[in-house]
Amino acid sequence: MSDDERGLGFMLVVVAGGLIFGFGLAVSNMARPEVVLDFLQFDDLGLVFVMGGAAVVTGTVFALAEAFGDRAPLTGRDYGRRLKSFDKNVVVGGVVFGAGWGISGICPGAAYASLGVGNYPILIAIGGMFVGAYLQGLWRARRAESAVTGTSAD
Amino acid sequence: MSGLTPLLVEGLFPNGIAHYALGGLLIGLGTAVIYLGTGIIAGASTFLESTLSYASDLPRFNKAKYVASRDWRVVFTLSIVAGAAIYTVLFGDGWWVSDVQPWRFAVGGVLVGVGTRIGKGCTSGHGVCGVGSRSRTSLVNVATFMLVAIGVAQLLSALGVSP
Repeated sequence: MSDDERGLGFMLVVVAGGLIFGFGLAVSNMARPEVVLDFLQFDDLGLVFVMGGAAVVTGTVFALAEAFGDRAPLTGRDYGRRLKSFDKNVVVGGVVFGAGWGISGICPGAAYASLGVGNYPILIAIGGMFVGAYLQGLWRARRAESAVTGTSAD
Repeated sequence: MSGLTPLLVEGLFPNGIAHYALGGLLIGLGTAVIYLGTGIIAGASTFLESTLSYASDLPRFNKAKYVASRDWRVVFTLSIVAGAAIYTVLFGDGWWVSDVQPWRFAVGGVLVGVGTRIGKGCTSGHGVCGVGSRSRTSLVNVATFMLVAIGVAQLLSALGVSP
């Protein structure tokens, strides 16, 4: 069963979580790229409390769910750690992402929230993110193709 | 010493810390609600790839996990926009528009899009969820993007790019 066929309860939980998530991004001013840039330039280190506060909540809830919970009620998925595997892409991606974050002061979640606080020029950044994700996918696909066929034509 | 601490706090946190901490707790709570209900760790950046599957035939964007999740990821993203809008209407001081130069959004946005897809996550997936679960992969990713971002932002600032 696909995630999207899980029904109304599933979607309502996604909506509730998204609303709280976006509300929090606005409360913390992370929806304002200027505030993120102030952090990166050491003018105001408040972002540490945003990321730290959020990580404390998720860390606690994930650990409690794993210890005492069984399966998520709406999907039947079990609460377990799903750690992403480590390879050099994690570092390469971090470098490219960091460069973009340092230039713009914006990341995906904060960009969506930024639109919500009225910051319409952020559509340029969101458009850029789609272009970036598309180019990366295209490049990955090309590389996989040439690896399969064994050609070195390009 | 007793006079130094408040001064230091004021220097590092000129706008206080209360709204930062409160906002952070809410961001974590939003993620936790979805996790408890569905078992899914909802990062913000997978939306980019899963949404591309509506428009592109490229197999990479049409992996089963993207096609299966693309509808709720659109709903999640629109809810983030709405949550921020609700705060602005109810508690904010009016709609707000950034003064950051558009080229920074364009160039930065493309790099963020490329980087999050190579690195398997962004500030929410790695920064909030990954760090919360003490994933070494996420800690390395966050440390990397944090250092690079600080360097790039400080360099631009030193070159006189503002805002």
